[in-house]
Amino acid sequence: MSGNMLLEMVRKPLVVAIALIVVLLFLGEALSPGFASVQQILRLLIVAALLGIVAAGQNLVILGGREGIDLSVGGVVSLSAIVAGNLMSGMDSGIPLAILACVATGAFFGLLNGLGVTLLRIPPLVMTLGMLGVLQGLLVVIRQGIPSGRAAPALSEFVTRPFLLGLPGIIWLWIAIGLVMAFILHRTVFGHRIYAIGSNEQAAYMAGVPVKRVRIALFMLSGIFAAIAGICLLGYSGSSFANVGEQYMLPSIIAVVFGGTPLAGGKGGYTGTMAGAVLLVILQSILTTVNIDESGRQMVFGATLLVLMLFYGRGRAMRA
Amino acid sequence: MAAEATLIPRKTSGLKRLFERFPFLPALVILVVLFALNGFYQPRSIGLVGITGLLKTYMPLMLLAVAQTYVVYAGDIDLSVGAIVSLVNVTIIVLMQQWGGEALPVLGAMAVGIGVGLACGIINGIVVAAFRLQAIVATFATSIFFTGLALYVLPVAGAPAPAAFWRTYGGRFAEIPFVFYVVVVLAVLLYLLARTRLATQLLAVGDDAQGAFQSGLPVTAIRMKGYALCGLFAALAAFCVTGDTASGDPLVGGKMTLSAVAAVVLGGSALSGGFGTVVGSVIGALIIGLISSLVYFMGTPSEWQNLVQGLAILLALMAGILVGRRARA
Repeated sequence: MSGNMLLEMVRKPLVVAIALIVVLLFLGEALSPGFASVQQILRLLIVAALLGIVAAGQNLVILGGREGIDLSVGGVVSLSAIVAGNLMSGMDSGIPLAILACVATGAFFGLLNGLGVTLLRIPPLVMTLGMLGVLQGLLVVIRQGIPSGRAAPALSEFVTRPFLLGLPGIIWLWIAIGLVMAFILHRTVFGHRIYAIGSNEQAAYMAGVPVKRVRIALFMLSGIFAAIAGICLLGYSGSSFANVGEQYMLPSIIAVVFGGTPLAGGKGGYTGTMAGAVLLVILQSILTTVNIDESGRQMVFGATLLVLMLFYGRGRAMRA
Repeated sequence: MAAEATLIPRKTSGLKRLFERFPFLPALVILVVLFALNGFYQPRSIGLVGITGLLKTYMPLMLLAVAQTYVVYAGDIDLSVGAIVSLVNVTIIVLMQQWGGEALPVLGAMAVGIGVGLACGIINGIVVAAFRLQAIVATFATSIFFTGLALYVLPVAGAPAPAAFWRTYGGRFAEIPFVFYVVVVLAVLLYLLARTRLATQLLAVGDDAQGAFQSGLPVTAIRMKGYALCGLFAALAAFCVTGDTASGDPLVGGKMTLSAVAAVVLGGSALSGGFGTVVGSVIGALIIGLISSLVYFMGTPSEWQNLVQGLAILLALMAGILVGRRARA
């Protein structure tokens, strides 16, 4: 009985992720003293928040099922960072306009993805892969005409300096996003509709769920979250540089999977994804503190990801 | 789907039957149009020299798209193909440097390269089919691992290939450019592979894995063989990359992965598996090549080229899927 309960616990992705985070923190502290200091953990959380915000949108698209995936998030993050940098050009007064423009940009590309996936029934992987190519091209065009842009001081402060109870604003923002996501997914009609179309689209349609509209909204939200992450990334690095967002494309998907949302959609949630994002960032951070060269680091990282995946929702074995 | 078609005999139009036999027809039409447009803007581009150059540059992508197709047949995907290309590229470069640039050592290095590609494919197969991990994330993880290995073999780009290697790839035999021999060998190889049981089995698994399993097919082994075949063709792609760039680069293949996926889709194969052709993927790779050369020949300002190219590929992807569905419906 208690063995069964233990097994159940171990099967819970959130429990696994949190346990691994704790283990990795101890491991990091053992490998290089000071790794688990408050300062370091805060820095890790800031980096995790950037990934986690992108993963929020990715999470929604994946939850909606029908092989939902958004490969264009990296492009939107890069585009948003450069648009924000130029609208601010180092001045606080530019922040409201920058946020507005970036969110609108993210929503626009999300809308295009959503329309392609629903009205034209293009598979999400193909649609967002094509959109990624368009965004990368657009970045080249924008880069020729204008300087790289600078973050407003207030934005940099928001991302890197303590704001309330010693935590920077971006971490509060991430917590707020986590709460809002949990509320939307579990307490609103929209949230229930997401799970409904994710687990059985046909049944959801029969039950009167506006399947297409919900799915378009998911892709728009993914674009918006990626845009917000782009703004924060600008605040983190001070200025935007080429293709900063690309590093978020596949890791955002891995964070979702580590958080217990299978790529098939229909079940899971964002709390796990947040833990998944922290887990990924800690893992990468440990590997940079250990004294091995880049090749060894990548090999260990790849192998560790594979081992961790064994804990999460493996496919069912074939039965006759 | 198939059962339905046999239960209700329908009068199928000639065009539909043609499409069922040759699912890559829409891609072929796009290819011909692009070819004509290239010729219109730059007549020399469709001459012998132009075509040789196109084949030389895009042979790696053609082979990589073929590699990807075999896993897509079974409804899987391999996001590590680019990393395998990089790993094989640096492996043969380093071996050729150590063993010397004569014919025998070069062939020996290539044999090792084939082995490395095959091994990478088998690792992917074990991870995805035997461990039952989700293909997208699992092959992304293996791609990180393979990239690490490539960086270990050759930490920085730039080691040159022996002259014999790239002179052969870029050269001529009996007045005919070497790449045309590659095309012929590839065509024979693809023809033979299409006639094997494995190709049919992969498509059966992709169409309905449960049904394939219930009718006695060893689904796990078949999917693993698909990944192994994919690794093998990725190694061949790496040879052509090495012949084209004449140097080693531990990151050379990274950007090719998503282009290979796009080429497969452009060629009319379904990412959900069970439907597709390798010929289509070859055409898809050429479409990507012709789009980028067309954008250049049209005199598009250099900073706009990537955007126009991205838009054209997106439109081609969408058009291909829409036309394909209509023709099949």
